[in-house]
Formats: sequence, C-alpha cells, structure tokens
Amino acid sequence: MAHDPNIQHLLRRAGFGATAAEAASYGQRGLASTIDELVDFGRVADDVDERFAANEPLSPSTVINDARQRWLYRMVHTRRPLQEKMALFWHNYFATAYSKVAGRVGGLEATRMLAAKSTEHPAGLRGQLELFRDYALPNFRDLLVEIAKNPAMLVWLDGRNNTKARPQENFAREVMELFTIGIGQFVEADVYAGARVFTGWNLQRIGNADDPNAFYQFVYNAGQHDTDAKAFSFPIYQDGSRTIPARASAGGMQDGLDLLAALARHPETARRLARRLWAFFVSEIQTPDPAFVEQIATVYLQGDCHMASAVRAVLLSRDFGLPSNHFARYSWPVEYVVRALKEVGSAGYPLNSALSPLANMGQQLFEPPDVGGWTLGPSWFSTAAMLARMNFASNLIGRQRTDIGRAASGNGPTPEALLSFYLDRLTPAPYEPAAYEALLAYLRGSTPWTGTEAQLRVKAPGLLHLIVGSSEYQLV
Amino acid sequence: MKHTRREFVRGGVAAFTLGFAAPRFLCDAALAQSAGFRNLVVVYLAGGNDSLSMLVPYRDPFYATRRPTLAVPAGQALQIGSDSAGNELGLHPRLTGLRTIFNEGKLAFIQRTGYENSSRSHFEGTDIWSTANPASTQGPGWLGRYLDSIPAPVDPLAAWNTAGETPRTLQARTVAVPSILNPATYAFQSPNGTVEAENERAAAVRMSSHLPIHRPHLSFVNASAQAAFATLDRVALVGAYAPSIVYPNNGFALALRAVAGALASQIGTRVFWVQTGGYDTHAAQSTLNGSYATLMTTLNDGLTAFYQDLNNQGLMNDTLILQFSEFGRRVSENGSNGTDHGAGSVMMALGGQVRGGLYGTAPSLSPDPGNPTLENGANDVRYETDFRSIYARVLDRWLGTDSATILGGDFRGGSPEFL
Repeated sequence: MAHDPNIQHLLRRAGFGATAAEAASYGQRGLASTIDELVDFGRVADDVDERFAANEPLSPSTVINDARQRWLYRMVHTRRPLQEKMALFWHNYFATAYSKVAGRVGGLEATRMLAAKSTEHPAGLRGQLELFRDYALPNFRDLLVEIAKNPAMLVWLDGRNNTKARPQENFAREVMELFTIGIGQFVEADVYAGARVFTGWNLQRIGNADDPNAFYQFVYNAGQHDTDAKAFSFPIYQDGSRTIPARASAGGMQDGLDLLAALARHPETARRLARRLWAFFVSEIQTPDPAFVEQIATVYLQGDCHMASAVRAVLLSRDFGLPSNHFARYSWPVEYVVRALKEVGSAGYPLNSALSPLANMGQQLFEPPDVGGWTLGPSWFSTAAMLARMNFASNLIGRQRTDIGRAASGNGPTPEALLSFYLDRLTPAPYEPAAYEALLAYLRGSTPWTGTEAQLRVKAPGLLHLIVGSSEYQLV
Repeated sequence: MKHTRREFVRGGVAAFTLGFAAPRFLCDAALAQSAGFRNLVVVYLAGGNDSLSMLVPYRDPFYATRRPTLAVPAGQALQIGSDSAGNELGLHPRLTGLRTIFNEGKLAFIQRTGYENSSRSHFEGTDIWSTANPASTQGPGWLGRYLDSIPAPVDPLAAWNTAGETPRTLQARTVAVPSILNPATYAFQSPNGTVEAENERAAAVRMSSHLPIHRPHLSFVNASAQAAFATLDRVALVGAYAPSIVYPNNGFALALRAVAGALASQIGTRVFWVQTGGYDTHAAQSTLNGSYATLMTTLNDGLTAFYQDLNNQGLMNDTLILQFSEFGRRVSENGSNGTDHGAGSVMMALGGQVRGGLYGTAPSLSPDPGNPTLENGANDVRYETDFRSIYARVLDRWLGTDSATILGGDFRGGSPEFL
C-alpha cells in the first residue's frame, strides 16, 4: 500500500524518515495529529538510551566514538524524532568541535562536556547535547544564556580565559555574527564591547587533581569583570538605550544577560532564525519567501523567543506542504545515513561501521569544521562525498544480503514489480524516465528474468544499492 | 545586505547546470593537453595565521613588549636577512626546512598582504580572499573563474580539492571540482561480486548521465556523480603512487603526498587545493613550544617533504605553491596568551621558478595611533600589497591567462616580482 506522501514528507523533514511500521502508524493518525505529536514530544515516552545501553556495552559518556554511536542509535530509534532533529539543528547552529575541546581538557572530559547524561556522573554533569535536547523547542533566549555558560562552549570559543585586563573577543564576535543578528548588523566596536561584557564568564575546577570525576563548571568570576559601561551600536534595552551601565562587579553578570536578551529579541535574529528554519524544513532550492520570514519572525517575537510556536507555524505553513517543496533539500550525511538505516533496515549493522563513512561524506558528529557549522546544501556533494554515500549504501546492503533476498522473494515476478516494490519502500524523489529505464535495464541484464531466489539474492541487493546510492535518494 | 554562501550556491547550481558539459572520455585528451603544463598548489592556513610569529620582526622594540609571552626571541628566530626597508626578519624556529628552501632562492615571503577595510570575520574574510572581491563576495571563486575560462569541454580533473568540501576558491560554473581526500579509497564499491559490480557501475553511470534542466538541484548531484565516475580510474593511478621520500603522517602532508602523486602520474590536473587548520589561536598559542609551534612543524615538514619529493622527480620547475590565510592577527597578545582577529598577513610563494626573497616591508609595531603601518588604533597590521596583485601575477605569469578578465579589473600594479 502506498503511504501518504504528505506524511512521508513531514517525517523526512521533522524526523529522519520512517520504517514501514512507523509510516503506517503515523499514517493512521493523520497529518495534523502527527504534527502535534512531533512538536509536543514531551508527552511521548522515551526509553531509547536505556535500549541502547542494553544492546551496546559502550561508554558513550567518556569515549567520543561511543557517544556518536549512541546519538545515531537515538536518531534511528527515537519516538520523538523532532526533538532529535532540532538537537541536530542546534548542534550545527552552536557548532562546537570535540577535537579542540579534547586538546584543552583531554578526551574523557571533552566527551563528558559534549555528550554525558546526568545519570552518568556523580555530580550530575550534563553534556552540551543534553542542552540541545532540553531546549530543542523551548525558549531561544534561555538556550543562548545556557550556551554562553556551557563549559564546552567556554573552552571552544576561549571564554574561560576572558579577563578584564585583556578581554577575549572570540565568543563576543561569534555570538553576534553567527548565533544572533548576523554580519552587517554590528560594527567592530560592538565586538570589543561585547568581549568586555563577558569578562569573568569563566570556568572553575571542581574536585581534586586525583579525582577521576573532577570537572569544570561555569563560574561568574566577579574579580575579573570589567565594571565600566559598554556602549553598542544597537539597542540593548526596551527603551532603546544602547549602553549597558557601569555596575559593581558583584552584579556584573547582568551585563551579559542584558546583551544576550537584546540579541535574542533583535528583529534580525528573528529573521535569521526564520531563514534557517526555512532552509532546514522547507526548501534549500527556493529562496525564503519574504512573507514566510516575516510571519515566522513575528510568531517568534510575539512568543517571546519561543521556538515551539515558530516551528509549529513552519510545519503548518502553506510553503511547507507545497508539493514543489517535497524533495527540495539536500540531505545532510547524518540524515541520509539514518534514513537509509530506517528504510533499508539496520538489523545486524553495527553503528560503529557508519562512523568512517559519515566522516568521508563530510559530517562527523561532534566535529563540525568550525563555529559556523557545516556548509550545507550542494556543498555536501563533492565527488568523494558522493562516492562515500554510494559506498555506505553498498556496505549497509551487503551486510543484509540474505535478509534482503528473502524479503524480495515473491515480490519480483517481473523486473517492474520488484522495482515498484522498492520504490514504495524507499521513497526516493521521482526518477526521470532515463534513470528509471536504467534501473529496469540493470534488472533485465544480459540473462532472462526468472525471479528465482538465486537471481533475487544478486539483483535485489544490487537494485537497492543503485536506489540508495542514486541522486534522487539524496534529496529529502 | 550581504549574500550568504547558501544563496550563492543556490544561484550557482542553476548556472552550473546550464554550462556543464557532460564529461565524456576525456582522459586521453586531458593527458595530451597537460603535457608540460604548469600547476598551482594553493595552501590555505585556516583560522587566520599569526604571521608575526611565522615571519618574526625580532628587532622591533615593540615586538616583545606587546607580546610578552608570545614573542619569538631574537636568539631563536631563524635569521633570513632584512627586507628592503632594513627590517631584520627571522623565521619561526620550527621552519628549518623552509629556511633551507629560502636560502636556495625558491621561497618568497610577501609581507603585509591584504586589502582596505579588512574583514575580521573568518567567513567573510575567507569569502573575500576566495572570490578576490572585497566589495561583493558573490559568485564563483577566483580559480573557479580561471577553470571556467578554459575552453570547453573542461577535464573534470582539471582541479583537485584535497579537503572535504569544495572551497569557495575552486567553485566554478562549468566544472564540478572533485574532492579527493584519499586516492586509495576513491572507488566504487558493490554489495555483489565483480561481474555484477561492473553491471551496477554501468547502471549508476547511466542513471546520473541525464541532467534535467527543470530540476537543477538533482542535476547538480548527478553532475557530482558523473565527475566521480569520470575521474575514478585516473585517480586509481595516483593511489598506487610510491613517493621518493617518506611524508609525515598527518592530513596536511598526506594531502601533499597525493598532489605529488597526481603530478608524477601526469593525470592532467592543473590546480590543487590543500588546507591545514588550527590557526585561530585565541588562547594558549604558546608560540615556541605549544600549539603554534605544532602548526609550524606541520607546515614545515609537509612543505619540505613535498619540495624534496618533487625535486627528486624533476617536477618542481612546473610547480608553484601559493599560501594564504583569511587575515593576520592582533599585534598585542590578549589575556589568554593568544591573539585575536587582525588584518594584514604574510603570503608565501614557493616553487622552482619563484624568485625567492623578502617582498614588501614589515610593519613597525609602535602603538602610536599615527603609525602608518598599522590600523585600527595601531592594533592591527595595515596592508601594503593588495592580495589581488599577487593573484594577478600568478594568473598572468604562471597560468598564462589574462588576470584582468579573471579578476574583473587590472590589479597588476604594485605586484611584487616574485615570479
């Protein structure tokens, strides 16, 4: 039975695609109700990490490759796909790379800083990824404050060393250029003032030197805060005032909270977020519709920086549902891999095997290339990355040849029937006639079609490989 | 209103599809075309290189006072003489191999390169250096425009990117530059055995052969697949390359090893992109023994191995290495024993036909706000040589094209005569 194309579109965008069972279950629920369940994910039970722990004896809070596998497992198996999709969105948005953090604090603590769950550390230390899950859809301003105090971010953008004698500009620049208002909306002097605002936002070490659970936590170091007034080129306060007043050092942390609040409610931040949501959920092919941008920005601002309202409005928008916007995004490598695992099947496929292919495709989790995140869209499709995608498909399918041959049995009386069977399962973008004919020609081959199990054991994996490796399947 | 990279790429996709000539069996033609061709290897130091630690003005009285923990002491700098203004200069102590190449007259340092109103943003700065257009960073990169100027059909291996994603500099309208990190794994695999694998490959080639005009995004991915298929067999030759010396085991050196393999195998590539990161040294820069020293070791050892390997094979006379970074760094160190984003920087040109030496003049590091060699309140190095004049010289004198056409203007004036 063919599934509802609108629900499949929704699940590719607001999730990572669907297994046959998931597609059927959400299909019965209907589109509106599915959107509610995706956005209001808090009401859906969550036992994915427990299932992962039961299946895989790994150390995801202390070994980064294990953390990568746990996250992939969660993307494949979660019943809260939008929460995980937004966590991935924020991971790219507040891009923090393991390698630099590990270079400063060691691999074990860097992994904890990025991926630990509170139950995995005696002091309840939680990784940055948990922050992205907590704030997947709540308030952007709160997320921004949490990020400014996040130990991994304080190491990554050097805020832990920001002192009044010599302010550190790295975080102040990126919080304006990348995280909020964007280039063109501020001047160099704002960066220097911003660096002074965050003086004293440092880290402190908790625990003795010989304690294996010693850790860093955020501290406002009043003695290192620059107490002078800081002037900006854009409004900081609701009355339009552009200057953060001089404050006694004890209360100086308020400087940063004032600046972050001003940045979060700046209209350009609202528009930039709306454009990012457009590219993430609606289309990378059409430029954002100005009316859409204004509508989503308004929802965001009227909701006091509430992301759930903005994302719900995106998923309910006319633009989101337009058939011309189906398959109008280039899948990120992680999206591609997780979708293939859901649609082809992941039984017997060790997620460890997906890590090198993902790196070859250009996306290693917890290792964005720089603070700007990955370069999205067509940039994913270098020749080597395209080969890496085809070769991942080959490896995934090659490990399941027997199962695939068995599943195909009875579904291949003719080449056309077998192709139709898989196109219904795998939902690639529509094939052009020439590509469709090439798939059929592959099945027909040089020997007559018999549809026997022996033939299907060869041709079914080959056909699946061609589909999952095809350009049409790279679009979501 | 600035245009984002995403907007460019989207516009670029449509343009790309229109101009793209499907690669047919170009290998023989490419080999014939490429015999004796000069090649260019662009080396990008990602993050904004602290060039004052690479090419050290060790006699400047303000150098040590403005960099109390980061300055390279005069006794440790590898002295390489003085520039035309009499500034005595030395190389970072880890650059021993590069000093040898400098002494052989094959390495040029071009000081204070940059442009007016230098961007302090990594992203905008990189886009400006990539497009050679500070006013508007839209459209293909400067070497992408060079590739577009080669008479069609362009060999899909005319350029080779050794990094993960295609750098802006190499983004072109008419050719999809292949990204080949490791020639040994650049291959088509199959879940089936040999004969069936061949059938699959033939089918995959056919599936990607059509570029539907009404679906430019699909065509873009198909073109990438086509370029992969069209380059696989030649790249396999490079995977079997046995260099004449041992390269260090890091990403930068292994990328240079692949470039050497491509040159030795004569597969026809003219432009290469190599990059190495970690230059955004806001904190714990530790010039002499820490992170910056490691960066210099990686740079020195990789380039030195490459130079020796190509020299051994008689290929250095056809090779030019051009190094850049998106900006230099602040003159004074910050409170984290690091340096923040600055402006003017140093470029290197290395090759068998390079006229080695010290070009341009070092800045005076005096904090006097009227110091004409600095800017931004005497905090950053002010440029002296427009970086586009370097590009112009490379295009005119090395790649044998017309720089004014490629760069959209005549930037030849004031170019140092390193070629």
